[in-house]
Amino acid sequence: MAFTSAWFLLFAALTLLVYYLVPKRVQWWVLLAASYGFYAYAGAHYLLFILFTTLVSYVIARIMQRRADAEDAFVESHRDTLEKSERKAYRAKEKKKRFSILLLGLFLTLGVLAVLKYTGFVLSGINSMVSAFGYQTFSVPSLLLPLGISFYTFQSVGYLIDVYRKKAKAEKNLAKFALFVSFFPQLIQGPISRFSDLGAQLYAPHAFDGQGFGAGLIRVVWGYFKKVVVADTAMIAVRTLVTENVTYNGVYVFLLILLYSAQIYGDFTGGIDITIGLSEMMGIRLAENFNCPFASRSTKEYWRRWHITMGSWFTDYIFYPLSVTPSMQKLSKWSRAKLGESVGKRIPVYTATIVTWFLTGLWHGAGMNFIVWGLLNCLVILVSQELQPLYNRFHKRFPGVAENRAWIFWQCARTFLLMGLIRSLDCYRDVPLTFRLWGSMLTAGNWGELFSGGLLSFGLSAGHWILLLSAIALICLVSTLGKDQPLRYRLAKRPLLLCLCACVLVILILIFGAYGTGFDASDFIYGQF
Amino acid sequence: MKKKIITFTGILCILLATVLLLGFLQALLMPKYMSTSREGALIAEYYRDESSHDVLFIGDCEVYESFTPPTLWEEYGITSYIRGSAQQLPWQSYYLLEDTLRYETPKAVVFNVLALKYGEPQDEAYNRMTLDGMKWSMSKVNAIKASMTKDESFLSYVFPLLRFHSRWNDLTREDLTYLTHRDIISHNGYLMQTDIKGGKSDRIGKPLADYTLPSYSMEYLDKMRALCAEKGIELILIKAPTNDWKYYWYNEWDEQIADYAKEYGLSYYNFIPLCEEIGIDWQTDTYDVGVHLNVFGAEKLTSYFGKILAEKHGLADHREDNELSALWQEKLDAYYKERNSES
Repeated sequence: MAFTSAWFLLFAALTLLVYYLVPKRVQWWVLLAASYGFYAYAGAHYLLFILFTTLVSYVIARIMQRRADAEDAFVESHRDTLEKSERKAYRAKEKKKRFSILLLGLFLTLGVLAVLKYTGFVLSGINSMVSAFGYQTFSVPSLLLPLGISFYTFQSVGYLIDVYRKKAKAEKNLAKFALFVSFFPQLIQGPISRFSDLGAQLYAPHAFDGQGFGAGLIRVVWGYFKKVVVADTAMIAVRTLVTENVTYNGVYVFLLILLYSAQIYGDFTGGIDITIGLSEMMGIRLAENFNCPFASRSTKEYWRRWHITMGSWFTDYIFYPLSVTPSMQKLSKWSRAKLGESVGKRIPVYTATIVTWFLTGLWHGAGMNFIVWGLLNCLVILVSQELQPLYNRFHKRFPGVAENRAWIFWQCARTFLLMGLIRSLDCYRDVPLTFRLWGSMLTAGNWGELFSGGLLSFGLSAGHWILLLSAIALICLVSTLGKDQPLRYRLAKRPLLLCLCACVLVILILIFGAYGTGFDASDFIYGQF
Repeated sequence: MKKKIITFTGILCILLATVLLLGFLQALLMPKYMSTSREGALIAEYYRDESSHDVLFIGDCEVYESFTPPTLWEEYGITSYIRGSAQQLPWQSYYLLEDTLRYETPKAVVFNVLALKYGEPQDEAYNRMTLDGMKWSMSKVNAIKASMTKDESFLSYVFPLLRFHSRWNDLTREDLTYLTHRDIISHNGYLMQTDIKGGKSDRIGKPLADYTLPSYSMEYLDKMRALCAEKGIELILIKAPTNDWKYYWYNEWDEQIADYAKEYGLSYYNFIPLCEEIGIDWQTDTYDVGVHLNVFGAEKLTSYFGKILAEKHGLADHREDNELSALWQEKLDAYYKERNSES
């Protein structure tokens, strides 16, 4: 059930109605039923996978929790009889046991994801190697990929690790835990929530709050505007520019970078707006996933503002744990001893960063383009980190430049274009082709074509361009006005104005949206990941 | 409390204004079919004709291009109307017949059999031209359900704005001119073509693995037959003439129709082999190299078929009826005005 379908609107409206009509203590049951209904709509067989992940995570977390409780109780009851070092040794021993249990949980939950998502990719890779040596290739099975599997698996894995780290208490009620894994607004494209943030909110009773409901509603409508008017209009051009890349090289690659940036921004932030807005209408506050990412002055900052929950997931559950593993500690010692302090101290950090970005790329998709995308992001971050002393010297020499508007604009534009360039790997999905097309921007010499009909040659009419640019300008205006406090909260205090804005947006969506016959409106891009 | 009432009233007003604005925008954005794709306007025009008719023609382009109701009146005093649209599929014809019978009960229904070759929904654009013009009734609901291609949604028929919203980029002066009204562009459902583009087509249809007419379309022919029988209407089957018939029509299909007609005691007239007898000259009586008749060919065919309707099917001559004569004189005037101005 796509967010952009009439069925989803009806489904969401009915869920909200029932949610506020039933006694508050059973509201979470309504959400659970709705979530499983939503999931079953995509295919009843998909339920098996989410049920498996739910059950495995629930059981493993419960076992870890029981051991942790027993450990705490034992330490507490022997506080007087055991030495501090003995208590520490006992805790370390117990932690090791819990770690083994955690590993089993990770193996099972991530195993399903790995098998379903990456079998084809791995076998294709092996095939290309063995065929190079003249051996017979394997047949590559085409496995179904359950809806939102990357998101709910990561959410479950985060939960398991949090329980292992004692940052969260394992949920005793299986049905409640099932709701945490399957909560339908965020199932398709996140945000990736933490149990400690979301769990209690899901199960708590929620009285109808007009202001919260209104703020959520306007955010949902705004999300649809971004998706249907901006993303899907830009997609018309992006699709042509990508599929007809032999014709559309050189300057058109540059245009693709701009248009795909608009598309993915509208698509992903629009989808998240719908998710967060809908949850807010139920009284549930989800974690924000974006914070004006295209206003970032550096790649590092960009990744703190774009897909925030994924970034923090990788930082908390991959980068930091990896940085402190015993093998990484050994590597650190060895490299400091052999390569000197300056180089040596970088080796473990760089290794963890590279692994994290490699996995980030792989998470986005089973394809070489995604891996290269991840590694290029990593390269840019590491290079800019290395160049930091140079920047510092520059700013010391020219004080005041850092806060100069032109300089800030240059930094934002540079980051935007660099990220857009790397992101184009996601469009062409073919690494050598993408590199060739990047090169063509310098060699094709067709920049003049833009003003001799080129701009109108790939599916966008003059009207579409005006529409797209106006809509982007509106998004920028709303972002600017909501810098201190999101505009929707201010609107929620003035119901008439909120209603007027919502109605105007609905009219704009209905008229200018790229949906229905004649348009092949896409699903949300991040729904594929 | 007072503040709440004001807020509530304000919200209601904004919602009402939004609905009205959307209604206006829908009227603006829907295609008007006045200067291009004019066949899209045919179905809706029927509801503006308040008189009843002796004969109702039902079918696809082959009926609205082959029979001229003004000629049928002028020569035989038979009143008729054509409920036909481009690529009108059998189930659409059935539901249009059902719809028409809500307003009148003709003595005979003439159904052109060409579309029986289609066993499934075909083309969204043609669906819209047939279905958007229908007034809302269960017949329209069923016609939509039977006709939708897999990418269509019922909702877009209820709110055509969802289908035609993208025309914001293609609006013309015509959209403003015909915002609130439409001109009558047909002559009782006949869409006049005065161009002459003769010739002979050598196209031959590909051999088929199975020549059996689809059961889905034959089911609707059964329904049409049953509905006519129930209302005491004579159902007459025809195949309109075309010089390109070897491309569009197979003898094997024709035999099945003839057998069907024989089995149920229906009259079936295949005009393809009768062209010479009718007097159709494919150099002058077609506007598209023999696929469809122009007004000159249509008049010849109507004249020929009118005689059959009067003599074999006993349809009475109403030319003595003063009220009807006056009404049809107006129609004839409009008909000849267009015919003479364009030919």
